[in-house]
Amino acid sequence: MDFPFFLETAQTLAAGVPSTLILGLLSTAFGIVLAIGLAVLRLWGPRWSSLLARGYVFVFRGTPLLVQMFLIYYGLGQFEAVRHSFLWPVLREPFWCAILSLSLNTGAYGSEIVRGAFLAVPFGQIEAAKACGMSTSLAFRRILLPQAVRHALPAYGNELILLVKATSLASVITLMEITGVAARLISETYRVVEVFIVAGAYYLVINFVLTRIVAFAEHRLTAHLRARPATGRATAAAPDDVVPLAPGDRA
Amino acid sequence: MNSLGFFELMSFGPGGWAPALLKAALMTLAIAGTGYVIGATLGTLLAWAKISGRRSLRVVAETYTTVLRGIPDLLVIYLFYFGGSLLLTKLARLFGHDGFVDLPGFAAGSIAIGIVSAAQHTEVFRGAYRAVSTGEIEAAQAIGMDRFLLFRRILLPLVARHALPGMGNVWQITLKESALVSVTGVVELVRQAQIGAGSTREPFYFFFAAAVLFLVITSLSGFVLGRAERYFNRGVRR
Repeated sequence: MDFPFFLETAQTLAAGVPSTLILGLLSTAFGIVLAIGLAVLRLWGPRWSSLLARGYVFVFRGTPLLVQMFLIYYGLGQFEAVRHSFLWPVLREPFWCAILSLSLNTGAYGSEIVRGAFLAVPFGQIEAAKACGMSTSLAFRRILLPQAVRHALPAYGNELILLVKATSLASVITLMEITGVAARLISETYRVVEVFIVAGAYYLVINFVLTRIVAFAEHRLTAHLRARPATGRATAAAPDDVVPLAPGDRA
Repeated sequence: MNSLGFFELMSFGPGGWAPALLKAALMTLAIAGTGYVIGATLGTLLAWAKISGRRSLRVVAETYTTVLRGIPDLLVIYLFYFGGSLLLTKLARLFGHDGFVDLPGFAAGSIAIGIVSAAQHTEVFRGAYRAVSTGEIEAAQAIGMDRFLLFRRILLPLVARHALPGMGNVWQITLKESALVSVTGVVELVRQAQIGAGSTREPFYFFFAAAVLFLVITSLSGFVLGRAERYFNRGVRR
């Protein structure tokens, strides 16, 4: 065991951690928006849009992420029109191409999770919301979305781990995140195993923290499903269950 | 060369890349298939390790799946590609051979993909085993089947049925993962597309063609898997 080398490797690879995290965070954010949009289109959109969403999911789940990334990074530049458009400053950058392809990809996978979660909300809930006089958007925001989030969270947590792993592909289009730095280090030092162990450890730590965060969120969001702690106060706390309607809510 | 359009480039005629791309698609299938078989074999062993009561075995299998599901596949491919060559070079030196020995990208790639998919296979097999009700096993024992017969007649068909959807998913994932093996220089679909893109300066056409071929392969696989599931579920009441 060569501890100085491990330490040095850890320091070198640390330079790639922010890149990996930023790639992961931004793609997660864009991916969630895309996933919800696609799921809504698929479930309640007009027929053509739901077909479009289906086709999108089919294509993006049926092809490798690497091909999608190459198509965006190398492929789009082939066209004169793209090169002269206002989007070129963005599409020229490997960073934004990576974000774009990761978001488009995770959005497709995520939309299936979100769709399942929407479908898992009992129809009676929506009926009840309508009977209360909620508008469609209010019912979506207050009734459907919060419950769907609970249903989707465990599966979406898995998808996020896959996304963190997928950020490593950005190294193939010259981005220096953890895997990119690791590949450079391997070709410089030829100490494959050591570099692999340190790089792998970084990913494991990131994914471990991620699972803890998802588990914590799940814990917080499913408070109503847990057994109440057996304290004397619990019996006398009935009025807490009734949430008063605020005046502005009756849309 | 610049004047060739998409369909001329993707044709079988002169200057057409269709034969090369189709050959590369076969290579993709070969890598994914080899990796899948390696993964299924290793996955069976690991699932058995997890199910069996032995604590030490369980810890090993548990660690394996946790680690392999937490690190990127690309990293594993790099490990086997660079590490395999170094190991072979060292081994060769022991036997008096000087110089660098290269582990072929195909071997490194399919082993790496197999190692990764083994972790997924393990979970699929373990879940499928759990889905077999203990009553079936008890009944087989009560009828006097020995362990081998019980495995062959009762356990295997039932586990196969429960495992099939999961195994299908793993296949689709492995197929797409095989694209990563292009970093080792093996001329599979993505690498061939890169070569074509480099020599014609029409990257979009080539990666688009690769995407279409992948889509064809995954859809065909999906279709076959659906049929297989129906076949293995015949006689099951829903």
